Amino acid sequence: MEFDPPVSSQLQEFLDQYGIRGREMLLPALLEAQKIHDFIPREAAAYIGEVLKVPLADIYGVIEFYSMLSSQPRAERVIRICTTPSCASQGSGKLVAEVCQHLGVDIGEPTVDGRYVVEEVECLGLCDHAPGVLIGNDMVGEATLDRIFHPEEHPRSEIYADQRYLLARVGSVDPLNIKEFQDAGGFAGLKTALALKPEEVIQVVSDSGLTGRGGAGFPTGLKWQGCAEEERFPKYLVCNEDESEPGTFKDRALIEGDPFTIIEGMIIAAYAVGANKGYLYIRGEYTHSHEVISQALEIAAGNRFLGENIQDSGFDFEIELRSGAGAYICGEETALFESIEGKRGFPRVKPPFPTTHGLFNQPTAINNVETLANVALIFNIGAEKYRELGSEDSPGPRLFSLSGDVERPGIYEISKPLTLRELIYEKGGGVRDGKQLRAVLLGGAAGKFVAPDGLDFLLTNQGTREVGLGLGSAAVVVFDEGVDLRFVLHGLGHFFAHESCGKCYPCQLGTQRQAEILDRNLRGQSLPGDIDRLKDIIATMTDSSLCGLGQTAGSAVLSAIEICPEYFGIEEGARD
Amino acid sequence: MREAEIKVRSTCPYCGVGCQIDMQIRENHITRVDAPFDVAPNYGRLCVKGRYGLDYTHHPSRLTYPLIRKDLGILPRKPVGLGGFRRASWEEALDLAAEKLAVIVQEHGGDALGAFCSAKATNEDNYLFQKFIRGVLRTNNIDHCARLCHAASVAGLQITLGSSAMSNSIAEMKDLEVLLVTGSNTSETHPVISTFLREAVVKNRARLIVIDPRRTEMSRFADFYLQLKPGTDVVMFQALAQVIVQDGLVDQEFLDARVEGLEEYLPTLEGYTPEYAEEICGVPAERIREAAHLYGEAGTAAIYWGMGISQSTHGTDNAISLANLALLTGNVGRPGTGVNPLRGQNNVQGCSDAGGLPNVFPGYQLVSDQEVREKFETHWGVSLNPQPGLTTMEMVDAAEQGIIQGYYVMGENPMMSEPDLHHARQVMANLGFVLYQDIFMNETGEYADVILPAVSFAEKAGTFTNSDRRVQLIRPAITPPGEARPDWVIIQELARRVEDKLGMIGSAGFAFEHPAEIWDEMAELTPPFQGISHGRLERESGVHWPCPSEDHPGTPYLFSESFPRGKGKLTPISYRSPAELPDEEYPLILSTGRVLYHWHGGTLTRRSKLDDIYPEALVEIHPRDAKGLGVSTGDRVSLRSRRGRIEVKALVSERSPIGTVFLPFHFAEAAANILTMDARDPHAKIPDYKVCAVVLEKL
Amino acid sequence: MTEKKCLSLNINGIECQVPEGTTLLEAARYLDIDIPVICLHEATTAKGLCRQCVVEVEGRRTLAPSCITLAEEGMVVFTESERVVRVRRTILEMLHASSDISHSPALQAQMEKYTADPERFPGAKKRQYEILDDNPFYVRDYSQCILCWRCVQACGDDIQFTYALGLGGRGHDSRISTFYELPMPETTCVFCGNCVAVCPTEALQDKTEYLLEKGLQHHEIRARRRQERQGKRSKS
Repeated sequence: MEFDPPVSSQLQEFLDQYGIRGREMLLPALLEAQKIHDFIPREAAAYIGEVLKVPLADIYGVIEFYSMLSSQPRAERVIRICTTPSCASQGSGKLVAEVCQHLGVDIGEPTVDGRYVVEEVECLGLCDHAPGVLIGNDMVGEATLDRIFHPEEHPRSEIYADQRYLLARVGSVDPLNIKEFQDAGGFAGLKTALALKPEEVIQVVSDSGLTGRGGAGFPTGLKWQGCAEEERFPKYLVCNEDESEPGTFKDRALIEGDPFTIIEGMIIAAYAVGANKGYLYIRGEYTHSHEVISQALEIAAGNRFLGENIQDSGFDFEIELRSGAGAYICGEETALFESIEGKRGFPRVKPPFPTTHGLFNQPTAINNVETLANVALIFNIGAEKYRELGSEDSPGPRLFSLSGDVERPGIYEISKPLTLRELIYEKGGGVRDGKQLRAVLLGGAAGKFVAPDGLDFLLTNQGTREVGLGLGSAAVVVFDEGVDLRFVLHGLGHFFAHESCGKCYPCQLGTQRQAEILDRNLRGQSLPGDIDRLKDIIATMTDSSLCGLGQTAGSAVLSAIEICPEYFGIEEGARD
Repeated sequence: MREAEIKVRSTCPYCGVGCQIDMQIRENHITRVDAPFDVAPNYGRLCVKGRYGLDYTHHPSRLTYPLIRKDLGILPRKPVGLGGFRRASWEEALDLAAEKLAVIVQEHGGDALGAFCSAKATNEDNYLFQKFIRGVLRTNNIDHCARLCHAASVAGLQITLGSSAMSNSIAEMKDLEVLLVTGSNTSETHPVISTFLREAVVKNRARLIVIDPRRTEMSRFADFYLQLKPGTDVVMFQALAQVIVQDGLVDQEFLDARVEGLEEYLPTLEGYTPEYAEEICGVPAERIREAAHLYGEAGTAAIYWGMGISQSTHGTDNAISLANLALLTGNVGRPGTGVNPLRGQNNVQGCSDAGGLPNVFPGYQLVSDQEVREKFETHWGVSLNPQPGLTTMEMVDAAEQGIIQGYYVMGENPMMSEPDLHHARQVMANLGFVLYQDIFMNETGEYADVILPAVSFAEKAGTFTNSDRRVQLIRPAITPPGEARPDWVIIQELARRVEDKLGMIGSAGFAFEHPAEIWDEMAELTPPFQGISHGRLERESGVHWPCPSEDHPGTPYLFSESFPRGKGKLTPISYRSPAELPDEEYPLILSTGRVLYHWHGGTLTRRSKLDDIYPEALVEIHPRDAKGLGVSTGDRVSLRSRRGRIEVKALVSERSPIGTVFLPFHFAEAAANILTMDARDPHAKIPDYKVCAVVLEKL
Repeated sequence: MTEKKCLSLNINGIECQVPEGTTLLEAARYLDIDIPVICLHEATTAKGLCRQCVVEVEGRRTLAPSCITLAEEGMVVFTESERVVRVRRTILEMLHASSDISHSPALQAQMEKYTADPERFPGAKKRQYEILDDNPFYVRDYSQCILCWRCVQACGDDIQFTYALGLGGRGHDSRISTFYELPMPETTCVFCGNCVAVCPTEALQDKTEYLLEKGLQHHEIRARRRQERQGKRSKS
């Protein structure tokens, strides 16, 4: 280029370095541009398109898809206030009003001096510190007007465990001290794994009985085997740290408190499936996690745990850190691939599955953060010992994110199966302030409500299945008697309407229609036939949506209709 | 409202792709144009001209009745608008025209007439036209605009292969493995073809080499974009050949079996190293090597080119050197391989096929071949002139020398498309008689004595033959305005009158009731068409000639067994620098060409809503040149060459290479050919529209 | 070429055999079983958006979009089961509540066939947009857009490879958009109109037809064009 590019030298530098990689650098380039300008000017977007060879209309589509990106001037610092259930029930709505009043602006309207803009956002993973706020890059827990503008220490989750396995080092070692990590047993599992053949590694994981901790609960060994058997190269290993399920914050704690373990798990997984390149996709809101893992990756590479010939094993592996930009759907594995590839985060049609056609259409293994922590653990303590933890059908320890109206919110590492009642009342100290329980939301927004009299089932795959529930991401949000569930449902309705990607009709239309009905339910203006409408909408979404988001977008509502029919005061109108 | 609609299937009248269209007709207007998704060659795809540019048919300035010049007989004649003509009846106009033509024939012989047939008219119109010219006027002075576009391709391919048609079908394009596109701004000149080429690249992972001075849209899809200096094509192609030979990428088996001339050819490559090419063309030697390997190592590779190759003083050499590449590597004669001059006009292929050339009857049967001539003489019942006629530009020269006394121009606009317009206009002003037949008045019509109003493609029946030799039907969809008549009807009327005035005993045959009958006569005399009839086209939508019999499926790709000349001939060529190069006085190269929204002289598109989106001429100039001249987009500038001067607006764009400006030639008010030269290719007599020297000044 | 394997399956109780690689939709069409579609077009790649073509496959948890689901040996398929009909009807009702589909006879026919109630969702948020009339060739009325993406596909990798159109927004409020909402003449658009040709509603409509439907005569349309041109001239 011999003409003055229409962009800042900082963006130019970025593009000089990464432009050659083309479209996959789109999201990073847009984030870079936004860092510089606080939004993405048209000229910068056009230039990025020229360099990365991305059609301009697609670039705009990407900017529009991710809620953290903006094509319009915004403000120096965005104040993002979580309004999803855990935080909403702790008064985040009031906080929004206070902040807006304080700044003299409406939601989304920048202050006159261009310094602040207030946004309502979905779960920030600060559920145990509700209400949670992200101001600029700083997370604020137990947010108040004062604390927002004077952020104190980064909020960390309380850890509760009878015996620590996955969380052994979280909070007790310096997360970025690789020596402390190793002294505390870190990388021991890696050493064991690298001494085995890849197929033996997969066998160990299969023997351990590990199932995915991201929500779907698929056997990890089986997934790896599928990918390993593919003969197309390159292959990829992707770590899914797009933890966005409302009420879930355990992965953030793992990444921030013990980043090397995740790296260890990734190396083992990559070795097993034959991938030499890994991506760690971390949601855009997790700015602190990003910082920690970014440093950890550098340190690991500096100590030859990443790069060529890792620890003289002959195995090459590198990890690229990728940031999301505000889209719940990108937690869905194929949407996450699309996002890395520089596209809107639309889930793909399956089959084909990631193991054969994943990232860049190549064979890919994708695992959640907690799953990878389990992998490291398995090779540390051995599959046999591992199997003794947890239950027969869901071996290994499991992390529960407990939040809401409970005495002791935090992360609970459970290695001996217990019931939901035990978790809330024995471990968690019961409902806060001795109040009565209204309901529990198990599994996040995509989960279901459990009535106070239905808590006596084991929190295992099998135990939940027996009562028609699922563990999902193991989020447990407690609502006390003072909570109007209609308000929570209204929040969930908006969550899904906001986070639906819009690709398939049932979800694109259904989440909107559902939110509309839940809105009027909250206002007490339900119409005759609304329950019928909801049931049709939810059946349609569940039965015909393209991905898990739509298929589960109505499950909480449906469960609420069952356990709290009084909230849907109007009799079911009969369809003719 | 919708009920009153009817739908008529036809063939797009613009370019050589020959898209099939469905016109929705309401109240005798084309209100919408769709394309059938299940029919070749376009499979539902259209470009802006086909979809939105057919409204010219309804333009109020359509010629609706015959006209006769008011100051008839006064020379030199002045170019006049419609005000310079009076309305006449068909009887009067036809009688007058017949009289004038007959007198010239009687006094000076048929060779004193020059006839321009039309690449926009149907095969049937053109067949009948040449039958009239040859059979009644007894001259072979008949030509059409192919001379001004692909004559060099024709000449080059005749020398090397013996046939000049495109050798691949459009249908094959999306499945190509390697394609080389050169001298073709395909996305704008053959938009629908470009979508198939891009499909090959984007969807089917074909590799694309683009060789072009202009950074065309296609170059964005290329693996190798070689931006060579204008006019240096021969060196580039020779260097590619040199690498192919040097690095052993030739297809020896193919050479042994199907090619001759290797011994004489090989030594002539010497010296054309990539390094030499780098010096001349300005493209890094390494890139040339890589591109040569890509082409040479491909399982199948096809070459596509346009006016950038043929409209050059070395156009024939260009075509030869491309054919040489294909012969060396065996990339011709199999599916997915071939050499493809992309045809310009919708029926430029058909017009040539139907005998609209000075040296051949329909089907390229030589006028000079006695046996052929006898066949036509017998059938038509006349005696024929054995002397090949003059080409378009030779006719201009002959007119200047007084050898030619009269023109009959059907559906062409030589006054816009000829190079060095000043000269061509002078000649026209002094002709004895000019008969003009068209649907609109244009720059040529302004010199006419008699104007006969014809009908548009949407108002008549017939066939067009597209770029890949596919013969397709057009069908009447609307009623013509006023008294306008189909060309074939006019020709018949005129021919019978001339025959009468010449006192010919018996007619050559001008009593057709329908174009289908005209086709049948042509097919009977032309073996490759014998299996094609209007009836078959109704059933099959289109057939690729050669198609010698009813049960023959047609021939989508050519040369599978042999070449028309037997073996392919590797033909030595050498590089000559362009006829005019920039100097201090005229420091920029001017290249002319087309833009997406317009068509040739603009007669049609400037009377369409297409003109709304691109209403005036814009000269494209590279940002660096623009900076030096202090010119920004939208500034008015003057362009001056040794031959003339025009004023236009500037468009600063990186599409033009540094040192070259590009000007579309569609705009009469800023006619590019005022600037271009009448320097011609020695073989094909095609003028160079792509390289001349100009100076650009900000106004 | 290896010969394609033949698969046996059962659709609505009818046994049939189809070659491997056949979609359920194609298989049903062989049997003259009509399955409704919205987003599918013969010139664009099937992508399973509208879910109107879903069918019930025995043993599957969710319904299968027949346009992209390949036939498998032994499959038992129902194309009009209760579950299927409920989904189709509800999708049509929800769609009708969001978009103006009154100019799509095909969708109207589907509404009728599945006894979809056009007023099923009172108070629903309509997707309402200003009509965009920014070029000489076609107008865009995205209030009629049903987000089938065909225009984007036609503009992109399925026909034109021009990429002037993309998607903006997200979820229900997704919309077809150009780069930064620029008017069409300022984009890479080449006005091939292939997008208009595949549009199932009149979200994209040829301008001549649009004006004729507004009651203008041909000569008035011509006069209006002249005016627009002059307006453009005087602006520049």
